[in-house]
Amino acid sequence: MKIFFNIGRYFLLLNKVFSKPEKAVIYRNRFFQEVNMLGIGSLGIVSIISVFIGAVITIQAAFGFQSPWIPLYAVGLATRDSIVLEFSPAIVSLILAGKVGSNIAGEIGTMRVTEQIDAMEIMGVNSAAYLILPKILGFMFILPFLTVISMFLAMIGGLVFGVFTNAVTAHQYMVGIQYDFRPYNVFYALVKVVVFAFIITSISAYHGYYTKGGALEVGRSSTKAVVYSSITLLFFDLLLTQLLLA
Amino acid sequence: MIEVRNLYKKFGDKQVLKDFSFTFQQGKPNLIIGESGTGKSVLLKCMVGLIELDAGEVLYSGADFLRMNFKERKLIRREIGMLFQGGALFDSMTVEENIVFPLELFTDASAEEKVERANSCLKRVNLENVNHLFPSEISGGMKKRVAIARAIAMEPKYLFCDEPNSGLDPKTSILIDELINDLTYELNITTVVITHDMNSVLEIGDHIAFLYKGEKCWEGNKQEILHTDNKQLNDFVYATKFLKNFKDKLVKP
Repeated sequence: MKIFFNIGRYFLLLNKVFSKPEKAVIYRNRFFQEVNMLGIGSLGIVSIISVFIGAVITIQAAFGFQSPWIPLYAVGLATRDSIVLEFSPAIVSLILAGKVGSNIAGEIGTMRVTEQIDAMEIMGVNSAAYLILPKILGFMFILPFLTVISMFLAMIGGLVFGVFTNAVTAHQYMVGIQYDFRPYNVFYALVKVVVFAFIITSISAYHGYYTKGGALEVGRSSTKAVVYSSITLLFFDLLLTQLLLA
Repeated sequence: MIEVRNLYKKFGDKQVLKDFSFTFQQGKPNLIIGESGTGKSVLLKCMVGLIELDAGEVLYSGADFLRMNFKERKLIRREIGMLFQGGALFDSMTVEENIVFPLELFTDASAEEKVERANSCLKRVNLENVNHLFPSEISGGMKKRVAIARAIAMEPKYLFCDEPNSGLDPKTSILIDELINDLTYELNITTVVITHDMNSVLEIGDHIAFLYKGEKCWEGNKQEILHTDNKQLNDFVYATKFLKNFKDKLVKP
């Protein structure tokens, strides 16, 4: 029964979040702050992970395709499709669910237990909208850009390490990543990340907003935020893949 | 003026508020006193709508807060200033930004006017040159004063203080009490103070209600509290041996 209570309360919170803002200009400023904090602040980890995973996918593909019947450019092709279809949209989002999700739940949860949210409510501020809406919109805006950067860096990582380890030649790799390229796959990936961004921010904010107790509960809320947003993200990954690719 | 009538609140099986009625007078500090766990903070949170009551009426200048819709409640809340136990200053904002925050959301004042207002509020609570410090960089007493400055920034009609002296040394406590008292008379606001600090009671207790197990069991002022016959209140006021001896001397000089 608790799950239905939580789902109901989650949608009631969303209703509060998407109600009319007090002053649009304040929300605009908060939106850009969140884009900077959640998005630009994640650029470092996304870049590092993308380069290394791109390299690993390339080396693994080269290892698996050691057959005279498979052309060498298939390494680039497999790397590209793995990165565009799953790694950059889903795996990077899962990693960000850990970083951004725990950050959001921790921040809002701390505000709750130190009565900062109550202070906002007393002032007549819609605390849910003020705190959560800019995070949701900001992350939905910036995550597609992070995903495209991740795709680019992962392919560069694959190229550099693939050539460096003699797994593939630069020419074959470049042929592979351009072979039978379908722009729709990038569209599919970007649709997914917009949904993932919404899931990560809204579920994490929900767990933070309804934190009760003290520091221990803030930690628990952060953990719950990461776990539930990751599971929901995987479920929607499957659902959207079925809907958009099948 | 705030009038509360027949308030009831239950958490699970525990009746926290039982038929509590009281009139909080305008232009006076109204104190709610009582032991820890008697429902003082719950009462305050119920009055401002942070906790929903089971039954009763909370009348702000005659208008029933509990029967108001979301928009009407928001309007009333803009007339409320609140000082929380821990200050509840926004960690990510500087002192000045904390005070300017409600002004930014609810007024059309220019940036200069807002800073000017913040400065005048800070000056009123005897704080200067702290505008650009963060809450983590100032002391507990200063945090309370900044919280008071933020609470009065919107020129409220009602001021709520939840244990304003908790965690403060006696000297700073008296400063905070005096500040709350002065602001109440100066701005002619209805002030509600939740406390269990007897120094506060004797300093600013012009109108007091004693809460015992969720019920109001005494009402009076700071002169009357020293000579009451109410057993529960006597146990609360004269809790230490020193004070009991003091009372004996007071009664039998």
